[in-house]
Amino acid sequence: MIKVTDLHKSFGDLEVLKGIDAEVKEKEVVCVIGPSGSGKSTFLRCLNLLEEVTSGEVVIDGESLTNPQININKLRSQVGMVFQHFNLFPHKTVLENVTLGPLKVKEVSKDEADKLGRSLLEKVGLSDKADVYPGALSGGQKQRVAIARALAMNPKVMLFDEPTSALDPELVGDVLAVMKDLAKEGMTMVVVTHEMGFAREMGDRVIFMDEGVIMEEGDPNDIFDNPQNPRTKEFLSKVL
Amino acid sequence: MEALMELINSQHWGNTLPFIRRGLALTLYITLVGVLIGFFIGTITGIARLSKNKLIYALATIYIELIRGTPILVQALVLYFSISQTFGINLDAVTAGIVAIAINAGAYIAEIVRGGVESIDKGQMEAGRSIGLSSTQTMRYIIWPQAFKRMIPPLGNQFIISLKDTSIFAIISVGEVTFLMRQYVSSTAATFEPYVMLCLAYLIITIPAMLILRMIERRLDV
Repeated sequence: MIKVTDLHKSFGDLEVLKGIDAEVKEKEVVCVIGPSGSGKSTFLRCLNLLEEVTSGEVVIDGESLTNPQININKLRSQVGMVFQHFNLFPHKTVLENVTLGPLKVKEVSKDEADKLGRSLLEKVGLSDKADVYPGALSGGQKQRVAIARALAMNPKVMLFDEPTSALDPELVGDVLAVMKDLAKEGMTMVVVTHEMGFAREMGDRVIFMDEGVIMEEGDPNDIFDNPQNPRTKEFLSKVL
Repeated sequence: MEALMELINSQHWGNTLPFIRRGLALTLYITLVGVLIGFFIGTITGIARLSKNKLIYALATIYIELIRGTPILVQALVLYFSISQTFGINLDAVTAGIVAIAINAGAYIAEIVRGGVESIDKGQMEAGRSIGLSSTQTMRYIIWPQAFKRMIPPLGNQFIISLKDTSIFAIISVGEVTFLMRQYVSSTAATFEPYVMLCLAYLIITIPAMLILRMIERRLDV
């Protein structure tokens, strides 16, 4: 589904990604962990070109993102993104947040979009919030709306950039529950997270990143119980 | 005491009224049309200032700095005398006034627009792009509606500034309210009443405008 080859990314003189090779198979849930500043968020943002790639190749579902001829808007509509800070549209109602993509990108009818939007809001447990504005929601509710908004485009893969890091601890569970449902339905997911419990339980594979490279990757149980790389050991000893 | 009574009973209070009414109508007309055109100029230049294209950015910057760096009186003189006479463009005084307000307000509004758009969190553009909207669509449906709300108070301010700026056009014989009062003064030799009336004429527009602005600001919670 996703294939990354020798991905480099620099901001000015600062090289953040120093050659990443990774693969994500269909229906796979890959969790990316690592200390802050390790480049994991940048890596994720390169997967839908929110960050321009300095060199290397990213291929999603057979299409190369680095090909200048590609229709990036079309590609992005197939890759759902969930942000740490939700980034809901504050001037639109919850339902309008979810239906904007289908209406403007896929150009479906208003009725169809509303129907889809309401069913997705039901799926994330927020049917009763359809007509309120995001300002009236809690962080956990906002993030679930953001997930519904991304799902509305019927993406082939979902990217999560620290989806629970900005939430109060008691609100994390609701968001993780929605993500677990998604994983069980067979959604291909790449999750940058600090939730080691989620990574262990739901991850098919865990990638540990540090200093712009993948230090170690493998089955969650192997990584958490028997890390090989000294940096992985050090990191896990601090967070577990 | 007698002098004060004489002043209060002066015929000039009433006599200036028709001129105030006529002049104020033109003042408002020039301001409204000028600021409206200025809003379009400002929107385009303001967005040009956000452009990654160096040429577009440079052109917008030059225009803004030229206008902000020179007094509107001088701009009006250049428009009305230098340009219209040298190039034989027959610009009547009122049109010159409207164009001067449009160009002048446009430069300031451009900065209001740029500031408004820049004040919107970067994540909004990213969220829009990530669901597949083009950058133009994201601008139109996501960024602009939020930025415009924040632009309303400074735009209202600019309207009030431009309204007062029109008084400068008395110098190019635009028959707006300041010009008419100056004429009244020179034909009657009364100085006190006409100019007090002139102040009141501006205040009758600017004070309600400021009150409305404050009300909008409170409602928008900006």
